[in-house]
Amino acid sequence: MSYLPYALSVWLLVVGLYGVVTSRHLVHLVVCLTVAQSSTYVLLLAVGYRKHGTAPIFKGIPLGTKATDPVVQALVLTDVVVSVAVLALLLAVAVQVHVREGTLDPDEIPAVRG
Amino acid sequence: MIPLQVAALVLVGVGGLAVVLARDLLRQALLNSFYGLQLVVLFLVFQAPDVALSALAVGGGAAPLVILATLAKLRAREERRR
Amino acid sequence: MSARTRLPLFLVSVAGLAALLGYGVAGLPAFGDYHGPYGLVLNHVVLAQRHTTNVVTAVVFDYRGFDTLGEELMLFGAVAATALILREAREEEARKILDPVHSEPVRLIGLAAVPVVVLLGLFVAAFGYLTPGGGFQGGTVVALGLLLVYLAAEHRAYRRLTPTAVVDVFEGGGAATFVGLALGSLAGGLAFQQNFLPLGRIGALTSGGSIPLLNWATAIEVAAAFLLLFGEFLEEVMVERR
Repeated sequence: MSYLPYALSVWLLVVGLYGVVTSRHLVHLVVCLTVAQSSTYVLLLAVGYRKHGTAPIFKGIPLGTKATDPVVQALVLTDVVVSVAVLALLLAVAVQVHVREGTLDPDEIPAVRG
Repeated sequence: MIPLQVAALVLVGVGGLAVVLARDLLRQALLNSFYGLQLVVLFLVFQAPDVALSALAVGGGAAPLVILATLAKLRAREERRR
Repeated sequence: MSARTRLPLFLVSVAGLAALLGYGVAGLPAFGDYHGPYGLVLNHVVLAQRHTTNVVTAVVFDYRGFDTLGEELMLFGAVAATALILREAREEEARKILDPVHSEPVRLIGLAAVPVVVLLGLFVAAFGYLTPGGGFQGGTVVALGLLLVYLAAEHRAYRRLTPTAVVDVFEGGGAATFVGLALGSLAGGLAFQQNFLPLGRIGALTSGGSIPLLNWATAIEVAAAFLLLFGEFLEEVMVERR
């Protein structure tokens, strides 16, 4: 039971990858990619958790109370916001694929010509 | 591990599977925002309020808008082609 | 490779990947059993060293400020690339499309909520180094508050509220201010991105040295980047509605 968060992150990565591999629509593929990305958030936050720890904010709380790790929280927080910009970039590329090829099925899009 | 954390973890696992297995794109977009909300609860239960705030702003507003705008554009193009 | 051969191959390889990852995470300490020195050290010293009560924001903008610089430039680059891709292929401008919302209650309550959400976003960004919050969260909420103008009223109002030239300037200005502050401490003889302003009283808005400046630069950049992103995607949709 104490390894459940780590098992969950492996599960999310596997499920996300399964969605990417068996996808039949590029937008579905991109959303499955965000599921795979959230596995890293869960893993990082689980590594930084401290039993009976509180959030690492010390306003009104005496210094020295047990708190969780702030470094991994800093990494995940910037990551979450930037991931949406990358999601938007991928969706813009998907829209362009539809404009040029007319289909969004990954199996039907021909290889890059040129 | 407190039971609330176990419940949040199980819900996130089921939610991720649901997002991947959804085949209708509109349904997947809605499931994705619900999955984002489950992640917010998980981050809160892991005592990370800053991360929960950013995941809430992003998963509740920015990501659904971008996905739905793409779906609207694709549907309009499909209907125009017919 | 067809789908029929891809799936069994994938299942075999993902079983191997899952086994490898499982072996890897089994070597981690149990959940809740935190050994690592950095978290313990930071929780102990940040209040004395930086006078901010939110340790995570101090880590984001001071102790790990270099990572945040990279993330901000990533955000800037992703939004610039998206704008480039979408604008290049767009045939016509959609600035005159109205796309109004016809339901009066939605307009009323939505527009009444706009200043509330924007104020909430500014509050979250302003007090980010005292209580949970920060430039990233606050900037996103401000952008969502301005998006509510489109969702509650009409597209033309959103375009008038966020003209591309102004939003571009704010986005570039925010990123440049962040880099400028980081380089400025280098020019002042300190280390790159070192905290150079006087630390204030603990719990006041003027605490933290140069953390508030970096915080606001990030908030402005993130808000402008998201407004630009939303504007581009909404124009893509509106072009189809002529």
